[in-house]
Amino acid sequence: MTETPLIGGAVQTPVDSRLAGARIGVVTFPGTLDDRDAARAVRVSGATAVELWHGDSSLSDVDAVIIPGGFSYGDYLRAGAISRFAPLMGKIVDAATSNAKLPVLGICNGFQILTEAHLLPGSMIKNDHLLFLCRDQVLRVENNTSSWTNAYALGEEITVPLKNQDGQYIADEKTLDALEAEGRVAFRYVGSNPNGSRRDIAGITNAAGNVVGLMPHPEHAVEHGYGPAHTGTDGRGFFTSVLNTLLGDK
Amino acid sequence: MPRIVVDVMLKPEILDPQGKAIVGALPRLGFTAFSAVRQGKRFELYVDGEVTEEILAQAREAAATMLSNPVIEDVVNVEVVAD
Repeated sequence: MTETPLIGGAVQTPVDSRLAGARIGVVTFPGTLDDRDAARAVRVSGATAVELWHGDSSLSDVDAVIIPGGFSYGDYLRAGAISRFAPLMGKIVDAATSNAKLPVLGICNGFQILTEAHLLPGSMIKNDHLLFLCRDQVLRVENNTSSWTNAYALGEEITVPLKNQDGQYIADEKTLDALEAEGRVAFRYVGSNPNGSRRDIAGITNAAGNVVGLMPHPEHAVEHGYGPAHTGTDGRGFFTSVLNTLLGDK
Repeated sequence: MPRIVVDVMLKPEILDPQGKAIVGALPRLGFTAFSAVRQGKRFELYVDGEVTEEILAQAREAAATMLSNPVIEDVVNVEVVAD
């Protein structure tokens, strides 16, 4: 399905007709907010978005999965803590850790869910200033070999929206040292640290590079005129990255 | 009905911004004796009938795997309250 541009002429037609065959699942939990934007980002990038429901028992043959942002289960208990036990999450964990290495991207609440599910280390606690913060955020790409970051240049700075209250990434020093040593810090905040995250970490990847989580929102920065001011489309690289991976180009 | 109380606290080394906000506000009401506050969570698990060792073990398991996140929190108390 071809996406109608929100602002005239901004949506590109896919340069590679193989893209439409790539099926990217977007999971909806009760309380998810950003599933529609994530699905739109997938379509804008030329692939096919597949709606997945947290209670599903099948991954519907998707080639990759995005766990979008929001407040799944109202953030009750801890952000992502109850979602982790959803039937579909078991399937996602199995597929992500199997030989198939299903690419999985967790954005904001999706990142929190991935840490609760132990697909990624560490956890998120309340922002050090206690406030809900919404702003355009500059990030530096520190890993460009993962399934979701290979379209970026190493050291490239991108601007995407950030919006959360529980965004302070923490892990013990040993875990942080290991993440740094193994090149698994995917994105770091540039400029003032927005939430007290350890070592300015905005996003990380697992050892295999197929699972990535970050607090900021690339799916809100894929169309001219809607993302942050300077180009507005810096987030698109996440979606082209996974398509590179699926098509075997990277 | 007997219940099992589970108390969960942020690990001591983890800054508790909510506790910091509370300790900052206490003096406004004249409570000046408190130098720090840390906020935790209390869960009450209700049991129909007697709390057996097996049920208590289940509660401990639930506390460790779901009610707390061991990356950031400690289970500081699991006890049976009969009333």
